[in-house]
Amino acid sequence: MSAMTAARDTRVVLWRELLPTLHEPWGLFFTMIQPVIFLSLFGPLIADVPTVPGEDSVWQWFVPGILVMLVLFSTSMTGFGMLMEMQTGSHERLMVTPMSRSAQIVGRSLSQVAPLFAQAVIIVLVMIPFGFNLYPIGALAGLVLLCLLGVGLGALSFALALVVRGQDWIFWTVQQTVVFPLTVLSGVFLPVEGGPGWMQAAAKVNPVTHIVEAERLLFSGEFGDTAVLIGSLAALGFAALGLWIGTSVIRKAAD
Amino acid sequence: MTPPIIETRGLSRTFKSKAGPVEAVKDLTMEVHEGELVAFLGPNGAGKSTSLRMLTTLLTPTSGEATVAGCDIRRDATGVRQRIGYVGQGNGGGHYHRVRDELVNQGRAYGQDGTLAKQRADALLEVFELTEQAGRNVMTLSGGQKRRMDVALGLMHQPPLLFLDEPSTGLDPQSRANLWEHIQRLRHDTGMTIVLTTHYLEEADSMAERVMVVDHGRLIADGTSEGLKEQLAGDLITITARTAAEAGLAATAGQGITGAHDVTVEGVTVRLRVDRGPVVLPEYLRALDAQGLPAQAAEVRRPTLDDVFLALTGRSLREGAPTAESAESSGPSAPVEVEVA
Ligand SMILES: Nc1ncnc2c1ncn2[C@@H]1O[C@H](COP(=O)(O)OP(=O)(O)O)[C@@H](O)[C@H]1O
Ligand SMILES: [Mg+2]
Repeated sequence: MSAMTAARDTRVVLWRELLPTLHEPWGLFFTMIQPVIFLSLFGPLIADVPTVPGEDSVWQWFVPGILVMLVLFSTSMTGFGMLMEMQTGSHERLMVTPMSRSAQIVGRSLSQVAPLFAQAVIIVLVMIPFGFNLYPIGALAGLVLLCLLGVGLGALSFALALVVRGQDWIFWTVQQTVVFPLTVLSGVFLPVEGGPGWMQAAAKVNPVTHIVEAERLLFSGEFGDTAVLIGSLAALGFAALGLWIGTSVIRKAAD
Repeated sequence: MTPPIIETRGLSRTFKSKAGPVEAVKDLTMEVHEGELVAFLGPNGAGKSTSLRMLTTLLTPTSGEATVAGCDIRRDATGVRQRIGYVGQGNGGGHYHRVRDELVNQGRAYGQDGTLAKQRADALLEVFELTEQAGRNVMTLSGGQKRRMDVALGLMHQPPLLFLDEPSTGLDPQSRANLWEHIQRLRHDTGMTIVLTTHYLEEADSMAERVMVVDHGRLIADGTSEGLKEQLAGDLITITARTAAEAGLAATAGQGITGAHDVTVEGVTVRLRVDRGPVVLPEYLRALDAQGLPAQAAEVRRPTLDDVFLALTGRSLREGAPTAESAESSGPSAPVEVEVA
């Protein structure tokens, strides 16, 4: 199949996925409630934690982490929508069309980008009056990393939906079991440096930790640190691995 | 004659399950020609959906071959997909999507450009009386509206061959009649080939020109509804005698009629099947009179497809009907061929 048809199919799937959000953009605010609650409740608490590095303000440290958390939570759940479509029959309907199978995963995963971008921008803008310093170029690079992470996690979530074959509870069990440790052990809420040795070791091997670290540097306008490079590679790795697993699973999923 | 639009040879599918392998479809060999309206009729679990899912490339067969619309289902799945429409057992529209959006998306999925897709969508909304619902979320449609939308989705790219899996299941009688009106008008206007599945006897009987009876994964009969009834069931004669003793004697007399079979007595009622009921009944009544066993009531009933199914499997297809004690699960090993009249 030609690359052009694949690109075209991906666009069709992507557009289909975006339509409900475009018709009802307010729905995006519901997924933002959680990160905003975390921001307003945790922010004041951690301001006094000595290990939190807050040269400018605590927000410079906290907001990037919360953005990563938003991505982890929302995109890891996105497969559930597909699971529902598998149960009602619309997934099957799409699988009988001549569209390429990979396009169905890539298109769906890319559809994560636009809403995430919008949500992250809103959170950043809201935090500026509270003392969050905006470094536009760095912030933009940070948003790109967030989107890469979102695409990868979204694809993995779709792959999970395909393999659980309609069993919702397996989907949720796996999703929670993976996402909570990834989140907590990435130091988004508190610096892991304050934790026991095993926790620091776990955080080191957690790729999300490195993405969070890179985000913090980028949102403070620092590009030079090697941590930025490592975090970027981790985000790229998520996207590549997620899409690869997702497309392999859907090609075999029909049976 | 043009080559068949569907041709299968030994198509089979076995599922693995915890309880062991499930042979959902066994050795399906058949042909469907352009313009036919064929119904797979069989109880739940007979293998109807599995057959359709193989023919529409959703499932790979365990063994066997099939050509659909000129393309091999294994080697050219995309070719098959481009040439067929498929309306599955579920609802095709995404719940959170708008009705018209989904039709347009469907057209785009088949390679139509935006303008054409919108034109087709609007035309189909009109035909299926969904114009008012065009901007609503699919979730808010009634069962009948959802089903009409499903068929509209299957028609966006004007396929020459349409598969419908239980199109009318779950609908109230009115919506069912309405859906059928649409399907028949469509067929009249386009001459498309339609293959559908149903477990409603009346539907297969009144709508399909050809019925393929399936049970336990096997095709056990294939022919016109009339042909199947004539060949496999026969007319049912029911006589009410004065007493049970007389009923027994009347049954013995009935057994003497040439071609009579399945003679049963239940209280004062005698039932038997014959080939030409309206001719045989008067003869039978005269014979009973002559023996001093006058009938109190008499009736001839033309057979239904349920009688056909009963004759083939020993079980009834009616929902909730008691299954025969000695439910012979394996029908005749080769499908009964009935000449298309
Ligand atoms: N994905 C599957 N996994 C395991 N068994 C299946 C699967 N799909 C269908 N079956 C089994 O195959 C048989 C035929 O099913 P199906 O084709 O859906 O029947 P019908 O459509 O006639 O009701 C049933 O026994 C069913 O339980
Ligand atoms: Mg079925």
